[in-house]
This record gives sequence, structure tokens and C-alpha cells, in this order.
Amino acid sequence: MTITAELVFIVPEITLLVLACIILIADTLHIEKHATLTYWLAQIALIVIIFLVLIDFPDESKRLFFGNFVSDSMSGVLKVSICAITICVFFYSYDYLKEHELIKGEYFVLGLFAVLGMMVMVSANSLLTVYLGLELMSLSLYSMVAMHRESQTASEAAMKYFVLGALASGILLYGISILYGVSGTLELPALSAYIEAQSGNNILLVFGLVFVIVGIAFKLGLVPFHMWLPDVYEGSPTSVTLFVSTAPKLAAFAMAIRLLVDGMGPMAGDWQGMLIILSVLSMAAGNIIAISQTNIKRMLAYSTIAHMGFFMLGIASATQLGYAGSMFYVMIYALMIMGAFGMVILLGRKGYEADNLDDFKGLSDRSPWFAFIMLILMFSMAGVPPFIGFWAKWFVLKEIIANGYIWLATVAVILSVIGAYYYLRIVKLMYFDKPQQMTAIKASQEMRFILSLNGLSLLFLGFMPGALMTLCIRAIGY
Amino acid sequence: MIEQIIFYFFAAILIISASMVITVRNPVHAALFLVLSFFSSAAIWLLLEAEFLAITLVLVYVGAVMVLFLFVVMMLDINLAPLREGFTRYLPVGILVAVLMLLFMALIVSSDSFNLNQAEGIKHAADYSNTAELGLILYTEYLYPFEIAGAILLVAIIAAIALTMRKSKTLKTPKPEQQVAVKREDRVRLVKMESEKRDT
Repeated sequence: MTITAELVFIVPEITLLVLACIILIADTLHIEKHATLTYWLAQIALIVIIFLVLIDFPDESKRLFFGNFVSDSMSGVLKVSICAITICVFFYSYDYLKEHELIKGEYFVLGLFAVLGMMVMVSANSLLTVYLGLELMSLSLYSMVAMHRESQTASEAAMKYFVLGALASGILLYGISILYGVSGTLELPALSAYIEAQSGNNILLVFGLVFVIVGIAFKLGLVPFHMWLPDVYEGSPTSVTLFVSTAPKLAAFAMAIRLLVDGMGPMAGDWQGMLIILSVLSMAAGNIIAISQTNIKRMLAYSTIAHMGFFMLGIASATQLGYAGSMFYVMIYALMIMGAFGMVILLGRKGYEADNLDDFKGLSDRSPWFAFIMLILMFSMAGVPPFIGFWAKWFVLKEIIANGYIWLATVAVILSVIGAYYYLRIVKLMYFDKPQQMTAIKASQEMRFILSLNGLSLLFLGFMPGALMTLCIRAIGY
Repeated sequence: MIEQIIFYFFAAILIISASMVITVRNPVHAALFLVLSFFSSAAIWLLLEAEFLAITLVLVYVGAVMVLFLFVVMMLDINLAPLREGFTRYLPVGILVAVLMLLFMALIVSSDSFNLNQAEGIKHAADYSNTAELGLILYTEYLYPFEIAGAILLVAIIAAIALTMRKSKTLKTPKPEQQVAVKREDRVRLVKMESEKRDT
């Protein structure tokens, strides 16, 4: 295929880049107080991308652009989910930014560029494109965190995120350079073939692998590379925390699959052990430290660390079903955390962030409906059946037990039970404590509608997890 | 033989100047040492027959980036004393970690593991154009990564502008379009007043 014929397959990416540039120009020409036009154009752009991916949905694996790009079902499914999640994130953000007078057209433009970076990562087929996609995404995220200039905590969070993110990129690049030096190829399938052909244990490949895993662990926030995560989650404006904690996790999942499975599949024996150590440490540290938090954004950050540890178990099982389980987990996780931060946005108002656990006291008196939505979210995160969070944990656990890691499953379950404490504590605060303030909840109709939909979707999916799971299995199986 | 002498000469300068960058106290000197290290690495690239990259490194980094960097260093009056406070306290731990890392890496990675003995530099004819080859590969094989790199630079521009440009209400920036469109009536007000009588 010539390059021009191959262009058809990257139409969504090209369209997103062009639309983002057009929206940027529209934003600079059309100055208004609330950046309404930019916001709506960004939403329309994302919907267009979803359609473009769906119209030409890739059902077979194609490697294009001299092996830099891959188009397969997994990339298709993840691209659609990333765009859909970003649409919801923009919905929540718009309300928040308007209320807190932080709104700027660039916020949405940078968001679109971050989505472009994620799409590049999702269908990367060479070490180079994985890295470039990651940088495109991270760079947009750093600047989104820093956008609240007047806030000291936001600047501190942005600095920490930037410095540690740059360090992680450096470590990842070092690993990549070692792998390239050994195998002489950047293409992931070729790297995999090279490893396959190696007789015996090549110590240099393992050396490169260690650095690549450290890079991935940094980006996902796995213990002991998690230091940045609580500070960034707490310090940045809630709308940015919401974005950082949702869609990029799907991209990080894709990055892990591309690098570890597509690129270093034959070395599964080597990375399995490393991932298991990272997972157990993350689940333990995340769940236990989260108990002592009084700030809900910080608590959710530690819960993220624990969830990321749990989700890594699926990849650590090194089977197709395990990867599908992980994919299912990370998609559900994005839905849950989105709802949880959505609630924090909902309860906040001008000049006031509802980010303390005390703000949730007696929520059932103030708004029974949203207390119920929060109940669904918290039960789902804790993994209480029949909510969807239970199924996500179930699929991952089933796979690691099938691979003979019964001790690992036991540890995961025990740590999840410990973790259930702090989720249920919020439910207790909402239903059994007296409210500290009785101010009415002020939020737009759309925000209320989307948040309710978000919460109810978890309940609904909990009754029929099969469809999404089938989708994930088919996506992974190519 | 002569090639090796040149290589070791520039490699030595590179290592010395790079370590000076992080040890000298004066930030301007550090920036200048960074220039020197860029320059010597450009020389090493020249030895590898990568003329285009070497020239780009000198033009872009030495010529543009470092000059800007020097400007920034001179404009920002950074007080380095508080930055150095924790330095001696954390030094032992830092040295321990660094030495351990170096030791482990030296144990695993030696020059044998890369099969360097087999690698023989490819010599090209005199009319071989490094620039043309690079351009050819950049716009065909690496087209997709190249375009993404362009998008990354665009994001950097947007981010820099979004983070630094603030429309503060107290800021008194002149607005040329309003200055040009101004009419006489906006500036001059003719007031007709009755003449007053002087009290005598």
C-alpha cells in the first residue's frame, strides 16, 4: 500500500488535529466571557471522531506507515471510549470552570490535543510512536494542571507532575534506547520476533525491560512510583483531576499492552513477576493509606493507586482473557472515578471546593437523589455485588486463579476488603451524620442529568456485564 | 588512529564540561559550559559522519536555545541559597544510590553485550549527502512520527501562551485598534462657558 492509500486509516487522527487547530483559531477570533463556542465546538469534534472511528471500524489488525501505526479492534474500542469519556469530562468541567471563573478556551483545545496523544498511543506500533503519543498527552495535561495560575497548590501540583513526568519519560526513553540498541528495531512486532529468536536469556533485554516497566509504572502511579499522584490530584482544579484520572488511564493501559505484550510478549516470564510485585505493593499502600485521608480528592488518589494495582494483575496473568479483564476493569474504573469527581464538582460552588469528607456529611438530607448516586459509586468502587465494580474485580480474579496464582487472588481480596472501609465510610457520612451546611446544591440541568446517567449506568451495567466483557474479549483477540 | 585521538579529545571535553554544568556556582557559567558540551558532542557527531545533525545541534542549541537560556538566567534573579539548603544533608544518600546504581548497571551492561567488536562504521563516498538521506527517510518512513512531533511543538506553543498571557484588569496595555479608531469627539470636549466678571 502506498502512503496515500494508507491515509484512510488515520482519518480520525487527522480530523482531530485539523479540528483542534480550527477550534483554536475560532477561540482566538471569537472572544467571549465563557468560551461557550469553543466548548461546543470541542464537543462536536469529539462526536465527529467517534463517528469516524465507528464508520470504518477496524476488524482486522493492519500495520501501516512503515510499521509505526497499527489499526486493530482494541485501538478502535479504546478510541471510542476515550472520546466518549472526554465528552462527559468536558460536560463536568464546563460547569466547574464557569462556576470558579477559570474558564479559558485553551482548556478545551489542550484537552483535544491530549485526546489526540491518547489516540496515537492506543494505535502505536513502534517504540517511537508510543513515546511521542505519551509526550503529546502528558504535555497537554501538565499545562492543563498549571492553568489555574492564582492557586499555589495548582502551581505546585503542576511542577511536581511536570518534573516527575519528565523523569519518567527519561527513564522510559533509556529503556527504549537499550531495547533498540540490542534488537536494532523500533517496531514492536519485529522486537517481539527478535526476542523470540533469541536463544537463552539475554540480560540486556531484561535490563531495558526494567526501565520500560518503571516508565509505565510511573505513568500509571504504581507503588513505589506513585509519589506524584496524591499531590497532583489534590492540587489541580477538580475538572483537571477528573480528566487526568479518567481517559489517560485507558491510554496507559494501551501503552502497557503495546509495549509488554506486542513488543515483549516472549519475555512474559520476566515481566510477570515485576508486575505482580508492583500490583501487590500498590494495592497494599493505596488501600491502607487511603483510610487516613480526610480530603476526598486525596482519598480518591490513593484509591486510584489501589485500583491500578488491581488492574495490573490482569496484565500480569499474561493471557488473552487476562488482558480483556484488565481492559474491562480500566474502562469501568474510568466510569466510576468520573462519577466520584463529578460529585465533588457538584457539591462545590463559587470560591468553595467540596473536597473534604465532612462536606459529604448528611448529604441524604440535602439531596436524597445524589446521595443515592454517590452510594452507587462508592459501592461499585468497593466492589459490592451487583454493582459493576464487583464484576470488574471478578473477571480479573477469575483469570489469575485460572493461572494458578491463588495466593495472589487471596491477597487482592483481603486488600480490597480493607479498602471497602473508606468507601463505606462515605456512605455512613452521607446517611447517618448530621449535615454541616444546608446550602442547596447549585448545578445546571445538564450536569445533573449526565451525573445521574453516569451513576445509573454503573447499576445498569452491573446487571448485564456480559456485553461489555464480550466486547473487550473480542477487542483483545483482534 | 588520528580519529581516535580526536574522539577521546572531544569526549574528554564533553564529560568535563557536562560535570561542570552541574557543579559550578554561577548559573551563567553553567549555561556557558552547557554550550561547550553541546559543541563537543557536535564534534563527535561529525566523526560519525552525521554532518547535518552536528550542524543543526550547533545552530539550534548553541545558536538559539542557549542564547535564550542565558537571557532567562540573567533576567530571573534566582536566589540559589535556599535551593542548596538540603544539598549537603541529602548528599550521602544521593551518593549511595548513585554508586549502587552505577555498580549494578556496570555489572549487567558491559561493552561486550552490545557486540561492539563486530560493528564496523560504514564509510560513504565523498558525494554522499547526509542531509538528503535524512530528508528522504524523514518524509517517508518516519512521516507519521514526524507529524506527531509537529503536533507536540504546537501544543508547547499553545501551552506557553495560555500559561503566560493573562488579561488582567489592572494591566494598562494599549489597544492599537482602539487608538486608531479614536475620533476627535472622544478626546476633545468643547465647553462653552459664560465669561465671568472679575470682582473688583
